[in-house]
Amino acid sequence: MRIIKYCINVMLGKRPAKTPPEKISEEAQALHQRKKDSGEIDKVKAREEHEIYRETHNKKWRKRRWFSILFINLLFVFSYALDIQMLEGALTASRFLGFHMADLNSALQVMLAFKTVLINLLIGFVTVLLMWLLLGGRTFCSWVCPYHLLSEWAETIHIKLVEKKIIKNHLFNRKARTWFYILFAVLAFGTGYTIFETISPTGILSRALIYGPTVALLWVLFLLTVEIFYSRRAWCRYVCPIGLTYGFVGAFSPMKVNYNAVNCHHEGDCRKVCLVPHVLEWTIKGRAPELNVELGPDCTRCGMCIDVCPTDSLNFRFKGLSKKR
Amino acid sequence: MSEHNSKKPQRLTRKERERREFLRTSALVAGITGFSLLQLVPTLSGAAPRLRPPGALDESEYLSSCIKCGQCVQVCPVEAVFLADMLDGQGQGAAYIDARNQACDFSCDGLQCVLACPTGALTHEINYSHETRMGLARLEQPGKCLAMQGEGFFGIARGEEYSGTLRFEEIDRWNPIPLNQHPFDLEVCDLCVRLCPIEIRRTQCDAGTPPSGDINQCPPKAAITLEKIEGEGSRVRYKPVVLEGCVGCGVCEMVCPTDEPAIVIDIRKQWPEDNV
Repeated sequence: MRIIKYCINVMLGKRPAKTPPEKISEEAQALHQRKKDSGEIDKVKAREEHEIYRETHNKKWRKRRWFSILFINLLFVFSYALDIQMLEGALTASRFLGFHMADLNSALQVMLAFKTVLINLLIGFVTVLLMWLLLGGRTFCSWVCPYHLLSEWAETIHIKLVEKKIIKNHLFNRKARTWFYILFAVLAFGTGYTIFETISPTGILSRALIYGPTVALLWVLFLLTVEIFYSRRAWCRYVCPIGLTYGFVGAFSPMKVNYNAVNCHHEGDCRKVCLVPHVLEWTIKGRAPELNVELGPDCTRCGMCIDVCPTDSLNFRFKGLSKKR
Repeated sequence: MSEHNSKKPQRLTRKERERREFLRTSALVAGITGFSLLQLVPTLSGAAPRLRPPGALDESEYLSSCIKCGQCVQVCPVEAVFLADMLDGQGQGAAYIDARNQACDFSCDGLQCVLACPTGALTHEINYSHETRMGLARLEQPGKCLAMQGEGFFGIARGEEYSGTLRFEEIDRWNPIPLNQHPFDLEVCDLCVRLCPIEIRRTQCDAGTPPSGDINQCPPKAAITLEKIEGEGSRVRYKPVVLEGCVGCGVCEMVCPTDEPAIVIDIRKQWPEDNV
């Protein structure tokens, strides 16, 4: 429980701290000591192994994830365009084969602004809550959200530009997202309007895909430009309340990415590709409190870290179903 | 960053880095907050009102309860419903109807948009077309009205180019057809009365054949009628008179064959009670 609280605090913006020795299990301490003793001998070899892996690995999870985002969003598009009626509506609220679904954040905004909850909205809310409780919360972000995909492509350009020293990345304080979360909740309740909805690139993109292009896409384009030239993944990292809403759900989800410290080289490649690298602080040498640790709720279960890890130290795990190693 | 002595930029101290991060973050919070508050301006400044789909709650409640999903758009058989863009402020993503372009003719019979609405922004408390109150029709330009000049109408109501559709039950009970495939030959132009969905239902009910065989579909009050005008000249002239049963669906505005519609919808206007 204490670890969940710590992880939620980290999600809300707290800087991850060094793990105090008394909180590290005996097994883990022994492992950390063993790695410390073996020193830097294997460093070069480990680096080599990582480079080879990066060049040869097929990015399995990324392929699956991109397919998922495209499939779900195109299902919305075709349901309307071809009238196949599988998934009607948009990402904010929809019907899947007739069953109500409502995006948790959009539904919360409506509840706060309207101060009345219709039964259909409640059904849609609970359905989606249970679904993401099972599937991992922020799984929504990386497996469904259309902005995530565009932002991921923007990120690729951003990283290239940084490598070529054309631009520099600028970090913001991660607490900003928590402030925005409170702000948009207060604004919805206070003004009676779902203000966040008007600037949410998720909703804007989803509607534009289904109902045709809008002027609002310029705002999305602006956000992407900022992410390319100024700050990597800024919207998802520092602003989007949808991510935080699903983050809270994910805290209680059995679907997690598990870190096993035994074979880890601690090269940090996973943290370099991660949207939310603070969830991977356990992978820093000497930090893991147990041999197996779950990543925090801010993790979007995107699998990028799994794709770059040559030692199989990171894996999807469904509590109760997958075996511990 | 100070550039004294060395060519290389100095590595920032932790304190300096934190100060910059703080400033940057403050700018981010201010920027996003400012932009999101900007979205209130078109709404609070009372920009041009929109005709909302049947059952829409009062405007501010409608905007707060609408989840901007467009399920109402998807079910409309005449494709009358559209989602507004960013320039509508808080109305962005909320449904509206542009009556002149394509009005709601209730050809779904069951208020499909209301049934589709997951949040009750289109209230689930109404079931029939005559229970809606989107607005009231008004003869805005009597000088343009053909009936007022005693003129008939021959041809296609809105011209060949016009793509709007309406259901004509005598032609196809289930599918609306383009208005440009349905020419008229009228001695006196009465399109606004003849095509009024409320009046059509009343005629069906009077003939003992209510829509879907359901007498609940019968509108209790008339919506529009042509009244003979007494006056000089040989031509008989008529005036379209809007009645209490008008729901503001906008079909009259849509079909009015003059270049600008002689009859328009006053959005959200209610029948004055003292006039009853």
